[in-house]
Amino acid sequence: MNNVLEVNRVSKYFGDFKALNDVSVSIPKGSIFGLLGPNGAGKTTLIRIVNQITIPDSGTVILDGEALSQKHIRDIGYLPEERGLYKSMKVGEQAVYLAQLKGLSKEEAKKRLKYWFERLEIGDWWGKKIQELSKGMAQKIQFIVTVLHEPKLLIFDEPFSGFDPINANLIKDEILRLRENGATVIFSTHRMESVEELCDDIALIHKSNKILDGKLIDVKRQYKINTYEVGIKANNQSVLEKELHERFQVSKANFKTLEDELKLNIKLQQHEKPNELLNYLIARGDVSHFVELIPSVNDIFIQAVNSN
Amino acid sequence: MNHLPLIIKREYLTKVKNKSFIIMTFLSPLIFITLIAVVAYLSEMNSDKVRVISVLDESGLIKNIFENTDHTSYNKLEDMSLEDAKILVKEINGYGLLYIGDASEGEIDLKHITFYSEESPSITLISALENKIQTELTLQNRIKEKIDIEKLEASKVTININQESFQGEKTSKVDSVVKLVFGGAAGYLLFMFIIIYGNMIMRSVIEEKTSRIIEVIISSVKPVQLMLGKIIGTSLAGITQFVIWLILVGVLMTVVSLILGIDLAQMQTPQQQMLNQAMANPEANFEVQNIVVAFFNLPLANLIIAFILFFIGGYLLYSSLYAAIGAAVDNETDTQQFLLPIIMPLILAVYIGIFTVIEDPHGTVSTVFSFIPLTSPVVMLMRIPFGVPIWQQALSILILVGSFMFTVWFAAKIYRVGILMYGKKPTYRELIKWIKY
Repeated sequence: MNNVLEVNRVSKYFGDFKALNDVSVSIPKGSIFGLLGPNGAGKTTLIRIVNQITIPDSGTVILDGEALSQKHIRDIGYLPEERGLYKSMKVGEQAVYLAQLKGLSKEEAKKRLKYWFERLEIGDWWGKKIQELSKGMAQKIQFIVTVLHEPKLLIFDEPFSGFDPINANLIKDEILRLRENGATVIFSTHRMESVEELCDDIALIHKSNKILDGKLIDVKRQYKINTYEVGIKANNQSVLEKELHERFQVSKANFKTLEDELKLNIKLQQHEKPNELLNYLIARGDVSHFVELIPSVNDIFIQAVNSN
Repeated sequence: MNHLPLIIKREYLTKVKNKSFIIMTFLSPLIFITLIAVVAYLSEMNSDKVRVISVLDESGLIKNIFENTDHTSYNKLEDMSLEDAKILVKEINGYGLLYIGDASEGEIDLKHITFYSEESPSITLISALENKIQTELTLQNRIKEKIDIEKLEASKVTININQESFQGEKTSKVDSVVKLVFGGAAGYLLFMFIIIYGNMIMRSVIEEKTSRIIEVIISSVKPVQLMLGKIIGTSLAGITQFVIWLILVGVLMTVVSLILGIDLAQMQTPQQQMLNQAMANPEANFEVQNIVVAFFNLPLANLIIAFILFFIGGYLLYSSLYAAIGAAVDNETDTQQFLLPIIMPLILAVYIGIFTVIEDPHGTVSTVFSFIPLTSPVVMLMRIPFGVPIWQQALSILILVGSFMFTVWFAAKIYRVGILMYGKKPTYRELIKWIKY
């Protein structure tokens, strides 16, 4: 079994409102999986179904080869987007309590908490109350509580919100380390640069439907636009530009160069190869820049959502 | 995984360790006792003051019946007109002037007995005066009519009607009062408990919602478990508080009584005094002995078992509703519209208990409301001291347990959906819709 989680044809209605429509997602073991979608698309509903907070109307969820049941609660760590802690309870006490709810013994919970508190350099917060801490500090504790019971599957919903860049980086490194230690991570966020940086696989949910999923690299190939960013220096650049306009689909490009080159985005037809373009260009001037344009997750997101 | 004990423990400890809870626990009895002590002290001071009542008796018939007491002294006026007497009383700052008109034909014109005073005199004083004059004039009339007073007195008969049910249980008026006190206390206790700790449960649910920890918790625990844990934990904290209150009030009462020398337990308001007078037949009723006998005549075992069952059943029924309300709203100000339909039957139950059960413990109204689940705990607890057939009690408990299970199911549904809903105040229609989610 290569997938740690398989969601098969899950649907969920809230009254007349369709929150999820026949959604299937497979999450490979050891991957960081980006669950994307506009606000209100149904991501949170899907996450809640995996956490057994919401029960699906139809469809099945398989965790590590078994149908999802109560005993899997300790296999999942969930950091919800709407998160908080008991305001008037001491940090240590409530971290132990939350760990106990996940099935750890009190002693084990304390031991592991000590380790994590030291690791994130927050050891002296143990006896403080949450209301005395800043938002970022509380977020750190929530992160620890989420990962403390060493679950197979970690679900982070906007994990970086509320963190300054330094701490966001710290958390990002911790997530990567957890993955190295064998955990699988589901990562739901609107910050596309984090997806770009962290995710191996993505799924895009829009208006209750899954409209796109797969390995990030495959998705990018699928959305490949066959366009090359070109910088070329010729004797008569305006003549060349006119010629290129007649031969290819061309638009203005914008990037930094040292000389006064002609900067263009050139889109090729399906049957045309980049070498043909390169040869064509070399015959007409000095090529200083030749790069294939790779669609960013951001572009894919916008394009996929708009075309649906 | 059963996390119920863990949740109960947390809820209990958080409640008990909460500062305002601790302060309330220890301060309330103190305030309560202080208030009683102040009232007792003030009324003691009040009764220390001697009232001076001037009496102007133009008939000359009843001047000898007024004897000075600790609290009242009579100042007999003679040979002056009513107007002069009024001026005099005002000058000496007396409490009032009792004027008895001339009895020229040997009979007092009753219209001419008047009490003049600056402020309205107390009702007890006026009735005392009326009593004295009445007795005296009756006596004088009897003498005038040559009625043998001794024979008349000897011929008087005092009656206490014995009460006995067809099953042979004997009761009396004292019994009824003791039953009333017992039933009333039990019903009222439940009422108070529901209001105080139901609210506490509701607030604690709202707190979990507003602090947004709820989603973290219910990814580990079933919402029903969380709800039950909350209800049980808060109830245990409530029982702790109640027991501490009882002990503290007891201890403080004793201490204050010893210090001030006032017997707080014996303190009576004027109303109570009048009530006692109205029920007077002093030689027969309200002796400690009778009360003790009446107490042991109560179906004690039945009472205690029924109290425990109805208390738990009623409390759980209401508290699950409170929990559901807490889950449905975002903040305490939004709870009003949902609280009303809960508090209404509760208040209704107490009123039925006080007015109907006392009058007719086994009448249609009392019986019907002791079966309806939202009112049955209070009403039935008030009825039981008067003897309710076991089958009725059992049926009522059965209905209560059935509706409790339904309410928990219903509340859990609302709870499950509600705790994750933020932002808008739900309507009743939406709550119904949530059940289908």
